[in-house]
Amino acid sequence: MSGFFEQLFHRDTSAYQAKERMKLVLINDRINMSSSALDNLKTEIIGVISRHVEIDQDAVRIEMKQDGRQQRLIADIPLKSSRRKSVG
Amino acid sequence: MPGKVVTITSGKGGVGKTTATANLGAALAAEGKKVVCIDADIGLRNLDVVLGLENRIVYDLVDLIEGRCRSRQALIRDKRLPELFLIPAAQTRDKSAVSPSDMTRLCDDLRGEFDWILIDSPAGIERGFRNAIAPTDIAVVITNPEVAAVRDADRIIGLIEAEEKGPARLLINRIKPGMVKRGEMLSPDDVLELLAVELIGMVPEDEVVITSTNRGTPVVLDGKSKAGQAFRNIAKRLQGEKIPFLPLEEESGFFGKISKLIRTGGN
Repeated sequence: MSGFFEQLFHRDTSAYQAKERMKLVLINDRINMSSSALDNLKTEIIGVISRHVEIDQDAVRIEMKQDGRQQRLIADIPLKSSRRKSVG
Repeated sequence: MPGKVVTITSGKGGVGKTTATANLGAALAAEGKKVVCIDADIGLRNLDVVLGLENRIVYDLVDLIEGRCRSRQALIRDKRLPELFLIPAAQTRDKSAVSPSDMTRLCDDLRGEFDWILIDSPAGIERGFRNAIAPTDIAVVITNPEVAAVRDADRIIGLIEAEEKGPARLLINRIKPGMVKRGEMLSPDDVLELLAVELIGMVPEDEVVITSTNRGTPVVLDGKSKAGQAFRNIAKRLQGEKIPFLPLEEESGFFGKISKLIRTGGN
């Protein structure tokens, strides 16, 4: 069997699904924030930044990452270089 | 050297705290260490029946803490292992009968006489759990490879860290290697990656645990049991020995062997 099919099979197993679900649940439990509250936070972060600079909305990635037993909020927000809004 | 306090806890009930406490206590005592197991699950006493000592109880933990007896009177000596003792939980009282400082004081008294003090924590995150971790030197968190147990273990690990009783050590109990292999159960690696703590042991599901508990005999005293071997290894790791983790083997027995044959034939 090729690695590709093995991986497809692996993703279909209940153990894989359990692990993926638990990753999200544990993050929400540890920071005491629901996934919808996290979505609101992301929307606000994008809102604040785009008030100052123009950003590439489609390429924005804001994720909660597990680093050992610590959580990190990682934001990758590409800025559009050409036109910059004047502030103030 | 003063004795060390180990608390066995889990958050979720039914994952094997009492069995682990009894077996780690028995394994340490079988090595000649002087051990006391304290049942901190007040109102839901069980460590006595798992150890087969239920008929010998006169005084309990609350009697001892409230000064109605001396420690000598509350300590029940094991039938088989002369170095193993039990302080049973009170069955008729509630958890508020004991405070975290009571437990700390009691354990400090016991440290002089015992090499190891093992505390069987109740499930939950309330008073009983706080009592059980207050005096601890080593916090062992037990989980099973299943979502509810893993989630609760994560909460407990967080609380242990917040109380500065960490780092917690993880014991993954009741693993079914065949299911793990088929992708039907979280593997020990999955659980470790999710919880991100140090592993102290992996115990396979083993029917001998049930039959030996039926008889009130710790499974570590059964030389052939895989779970018993795993618990003996954990007892050695508690003492600082570097013992490699046992490879997980598929459940043997008639059906296990047949399905193994079919599967290897298929490749």
